[in-house]
Amino acid sequence: MTPAALILAVFAAACIPAGSALAAARWPRRSPAAAIVLWQALGLGWGLATVGALAGFGAAGGASGVARGAFMLASKALSGRAATGTRRLLAGILGLRLLALAAGVVLLLLLCWILVAAFAAVVCARRRQQILLSLLAHGDPKVPGALVVDHPSATAYCVPGLRSKIVISAGALDLLDQAELAAVLAHERAHLRERHDLVLLPFTALLRAFRWSAVAREAYAAVALLVEMLADDRALRHRPARELATALLRVGAAGGAQAPNGALSAADWVADGQVAARVSRLLRPAPRLPVAAVALIAVVAVATVAIPAAFLTLPF
Amino acid sequence: MRTKVQTLLNADSAGYSNDVNRLGELERAIMDVLWESPEPLTVRQVSGRLTERDLAHTTVMTVLDRLAKKGFARRDRNGRAWRYHAAATREAYVTELMLSALEQTGDRHAALARFARSVSETEATALRRALEALGRGKDGLRATGE
Repeated sequence: MTPAALILAVFAAACIPAGSALAAARWPRRSPAAAIVLWQALGLGWGLATVGALAGFGAAGGASGVARGAFMLASKALSGRAATGTRRLLAGILGLRLLALAAGVVLLLLLCWILVAAFAAVVCARRRQQILLSLLAHGDPKVPGALVVDHPSATAYCVPGLRSKIVISAGALDLLDQAELAAVLAHERAHLRERHDLVLLPFTALLRAFRWSAVAREAYAAVALLVEMLADDRALRHRPARELATALLRVGAAGGAQAPNGALSAADWVADGQVAARVSRLLRPAPRLPVAAVALIAVVAVATVAIPAAFLTLPF
Repeated sequence: MRTKVQTLLNADSAGYSNDVNRLGELERAIMDVLWESPEPLTVRQVSGRLTERDLAHTTVMTVLDRLAKKGFARRDRNGRAWRYHAAATREAYVTELMLSALEQTGDRHAALARFARSVSETEATALRRALEALGRGKDGLRATGE
């Protein structure tokens, strides 16, 4: 075991309350982009530290980093010296260390796998959307560039990808006036232009894999809300805040009645109260974070990734 | 005409040309015909009901075949001719599309960012009240202006 492993373990453990604190904090609403960067760094830092800690407990100590130590342990085990070890105790310790190393490798593969699986699921669902849209949706002069689906619910969403689409239901088309529709389009275009779906993807993957984890749910809900707020901010460059706010209120108020028998799915659970939060932010905007604060957040974000990365790779 | 069909078929691998849009339009027009018909239709009957009348028989057949392979159309044999019908109603597909967007289906996280959603009746009521208050504020401003 290396001291680096211990530090990485503490770091990984500290990421959990840090995530909860970030989810509960109010300042991210004043600068969604900075907060999103911090969330990404926190997620990546946690992954690196957890994998590093497990691998590090197995790694050989001394003047080598976790990565090199892990490699040395693996080659030692493979060369068969463990089997010829005279004392059983030593062999037992080596076995435990190998187990920790294996757990680290498994976790690393698992984290990569859930990301790939989430991406595949998303691509699959979007392809189905594209096919169905090509058969069912039509254009409408009230919403240039968007597709209309004849359904009474009030819904607007975007399908990101190479051939991205903005979809508006006939219900939303009836519900909103021309100015509000323009605000909705500006909001959705911002999502597509800045690929907010990719920003959210790692957290979607975490939620899919760790649905039981309160922190995973909190993280997903927080980043999903921040992404919406970011798109709101972008829409404000083109449209007045009031139009966007009334559009949000109308669609949100109409949507509640659609929820089947009041049962909340996991996805719904994380979204409760988000519309109200966005509206109050639009109508009573708080001042943006000062540059110094944003710079500090950037430094913290870099450190959150750099510290576990350093302990993983550098000799310590 | 044969070359036209080939172009349409090759469009899939060729990428994002107009042919893809053209093929999509044909699929859509043919599905509309199937959805509107109460009984299964032969290729010739489908051709007859399309607004675009100068389509080759083979083109319509190819597109119907593609739709059957994608699962949108079903076919059964009536004597010597294949007859096609829609696998599900138009409304069923619209419902599927919307449910997937509302994340109510099995795949809850299709990462389709929705514009706004209120999920509890409590929240919807609160939003309705906020909207009314906002409307009153607007009207109130107007009243003082008059």
